[in-house]
Amino acid sequence: MIRRTSKAWLYLLPALLFLGFFMVYPLFDVFVYSVEEGYNSASQTYFGTGLYNYSYVLHDPYFLQAVKNTFIIVIITVPLSTAFALAISLALSSVKKLKELYQTVFFLPYVTNTLAVGLVFMILFKKTAYTDGMVNLLIQLFGGKSVDFIDGPYWAKMFVMCFYTIWVVMPFKILILTSALASVNQDYYNAARVDATPKWRIFTRITLPMISPMIFYLIITGFIGAFKAYSDEVALFGTDLNAAGMNTIVGYVYDMLYGNSGGYPSYASAAAVLLFAIVLTITCINLLVSGRNVRT
Amino acid sequence: MNNTDYQKIALGAARRERAGKIGLYVFLTLWALMVLFPFYWMLLTSVKSYSAYNSEYVPKFFTLAPTLQNYVDAFTLVPLARYFTNTIIFTLATTAMMMLVIVPAAFAFARLEFRGKNLLFTLFLSLMMIPSELVVITNFQTITNWGMRNTFWGLILPSVTSVFYIYLLKENFEQIPDELYKAAKVDGTSDLKYLLRVMIPICRPTLITITILKIIECWNSYVWPRLITDNENYFLVSNGIQAIRENGFGWSSPSR
Amino acid sequence: MRVVLQNLTKVFPSRQKKGEVVVAVDHFNFEIPDGKLIGLLGPSGCGKSTALNLICGLETPTEGKIFFGDDDVTELPPENRGVGLVFQNYALYPHLTVRQNILFPLQNLRGSEKLSKQEMEERALQAAKLVQIEMLMERKPSELSGGQQQRVAIARALVKMPRVLLLDEPLSNLDARLRLQTREEIRRIQRETEITTVFVTHDQEEAMSISDLIVVMKAGVVNQIGKPQEVYDNPVNLFVARFLGTPSINLFDGSVKAGKLFIGGEEVLSVPGAEDGEVTVGIRPEGFILKKDGAFTCTLERVEVMGRDTSVVCTHTSSLNDNIRAIIPAEDAADASGKQARFDLKPAKVLLFNPKTEERILFSFGEKQEAKA
Repeated sequence: MIRRTSKAWLYLLPALLFLGFFMVYPLFDVFVYSVEEGYNSASQTYFGTGLYNYSYVLHDPYFLQAVKNTFIIVIITVPLSTAFALAISLALSSVKKLKELYQTVFFLPYVTNTLAVGLVFMILFKKTAYTDGMVNLLIQLFGGKSVDFIDGPYWAKMFVMCFYTIWVVMPFKILILTSALASVNQDYYNAARVDATPKWRIFTRITLPMISPMIFYLIITGFIGAFKAYSDEVALFGTDLNAAGMNTIVGYVYDMLYGNSGGYPSYASAAAVLLFAIVLTITCINLLVSGRNVRT
Repeated sequence: MNNTDYQKIALGAARRERAGKIGLYVFLTLWALMVLFPFYWMLLTSVKSYSAYNSEYVPKFFTLAPTLQNYVDAFTLVPLARYFTNTIIFTLATTAMMMLVIVPAAFAFARLEFRGKNLLFTLFLSLMMIPSELVVITNFQTITNWGMRNTFWGLILPSVTSVFYIYLLKENFEQIPDELYKAAKVDGTSDLKYLLRVMIPICRPTLITITILKIIECWNSYVWPRLITDNENYFLVSNGIQAIRENGFGWSSPSR
Repeated sequence: MRVVLQNLTKVFPSRQKKGEVVVAVDHFNFEIPDGKLIGLLGPSGCGKSTALNLICGLETPTEGKIFFGDDDVTELPPENRGVGLVFQNYALYPHLTVRQNILFPLQNLRGSEKLSKQEMEERALQAAKLVQIEMLMERKPSELSGGQQQRVAIARALVKMPRVLLLDEPLSNLDARLRLQTREEIRRIQRETEITTVFVTHDQEEAMSISDLIVVMKAGVVNQIGKPQEVYDNPVNLFVARFLGTPSINLFDGSVKAGKLFIGGEEVLSVPGAEDGEVTVGIRPEGFILKKDGAFTCTLERVEVMGRDTSVVCTHTSSLNDNIRAIIPAEDAADASGKQARFDLKPAKVLLFNPKTEERILFSFGEKQEAKA
């Protein structure tokens, strides 16, 4: 038993080492940082402990803006992208011809560098000295007034932001939902058809309950993912997100840590801990709700 | 009901079904266009000359004078080749190291018996809930203290493990029937040999999936490389693109 | 409801080879009389499930027509046909209770057929009582045994009072004892409701025991239709003869000369009316009469006592099977000792087939007494 035990630990050793250094230790360390006041990374000194860092972050208008932006992104993109992905997956599962072609196309954004595509979105939406941009020209074509989506009003920027976020997260959701739909036994649908069940009723009474575990999985991971939004914002609005007014909580953490306004690991830690608390709360609520609703 | 009624119902049903099918295809095609359009635009812009791009108030959907000049510029004026090499080194090294770390760990959890296994596995699972943003601050400090900023090691080390993939692989390993392990033990096969000769071949699809996912993840990673590198000799493609954009790189590059 | 299949054909593109086709159902022409239980019988892959799917509308035929009564329903989608379908794996909705499962088809009714809540509950309870599961109404399918799930599936199919009830291998997921019990149950329910029922199975015993009519299929082609006993006694070809009956029919190479049947050089039976030539001889296990001076000599292997009957296992050089199995009444078994067994044959249990075409060769056996003597 001793020999077997030591052998098992040997297999686990590399994983434990890496996780210990880069996951467990930092986990405790970030809480330590977050209560060390006035930490200086160059001299590695600080002059006191307390909750001042949290207080600073919570009173920082940039942080509050970031929280507001993050929540808007979460609330808009998670339900919309899930519902839309479900619609597309349903459509995909009810056609036969060209199905694989569509699936491949829909999966494309998943395997591309989101930063690069983000730049294309920026070009499409941006107004420059030379051109109003594709999207604005379309708006003008239909008689609307052009808006600068990248440097213009807040709602316009938020619209592009959410639009791009949905575009980016769709492939994964479509993938998961299509396979969930495919795993529902065809006999259930045949039985329902023979019983003259209307399409809508088949959807609400059979399809949805059958795939509800996967939908809740997508909603939970969608929430977590959307709360961590950052690189998509960078792709659209550049690295100085505070100036654009489009920063997110994660962006705030990174800016505090490093970058133009960086060098404050304590503030960064406090913000990170706050983010973790928010995500944890939302996830718990999600799990509670889904525990009540997911029927197996 | 008589026959004409039936014919009416049958005809109506067939018509409705055809209309539904057409609707579905229209819907799917619209989204496919939405997905493809940015890619098309990226390609199109990359072969338009700078002057042509700037002179089009209404952007054209095609170009009659495609040029590869932008690509030449991208590889000569910016060390794009260097970024690509870096990304490939980073991706391959990280993925390979991760495999070496997670396969034995998943094997230990799936097949070996040892004291404290359940407790340890529970701890592992609880780590899955920890967002990387929480630990990135200390990791940044650690790597800085170790003097590994602007090195490949600094890029690679924190991305080597993944609790989720260990979990995924462990579940997959456990699908292999116990009898195979017992049979191998009776034949005197060592654990390591069993892992290499039996488990890995059987679980190859999962291993391939994990590899692909990790490669995509590495290829797209932006945040950690941005933190840890400010020397453009160590930029990855995503950082390179962003840097080009931030510094007002004056001409149309493949990514613009 | 009388169901008529006219020239019904279904062709699928082949899965293995591109361009080739599989004819799953090949020009079916038969009529299912009103209120009868009909067994669609054949080995697996013979197209019987496809035939069922055509009748219920889940597949559309390549050719031919289907009539319910006088109505042409060929193009009608399944939801408008008013059929009930029971699946091999029951297809009970796992997230709904038994009650909700049975109510499900009723809640789909629209327009003039729409029922009030109370009517629905009453009908559901009625259906549940018919299959004797009224005490399980609040359970989930996962909390039921296979037999109970089967009953729920039947109740769900019956509750909307279908014009035709279709059962697709309904017993194959049950264990042997339950299978026996449930098939009696299906028979009883069918008798009580008098709904025209089509029952698909690969188990000939199952089909024979409960069907009013059986349809024997092979590779998409109907070989024979008839009452179970008729088909068993008078199979049209070798396939049907072999497919029906347990233990299965014993086959021999034989020949006919001048109205006499020879097996391995021995004259075993007179077969007036049969033409001279090579034949394949089929003898039902119950067609043997153990007799000291019998005409047919076999090498005795062993005797298996099975209570009521005794099974005499023999070999013969002309036999096409490994063993010959003769079933004789238990009291005759005393004679079955020694190295040889001699039998007389019952002419009605001896079937002759053309060895090339496998078609039946008829002979008259009016002179039964003479043949025996």
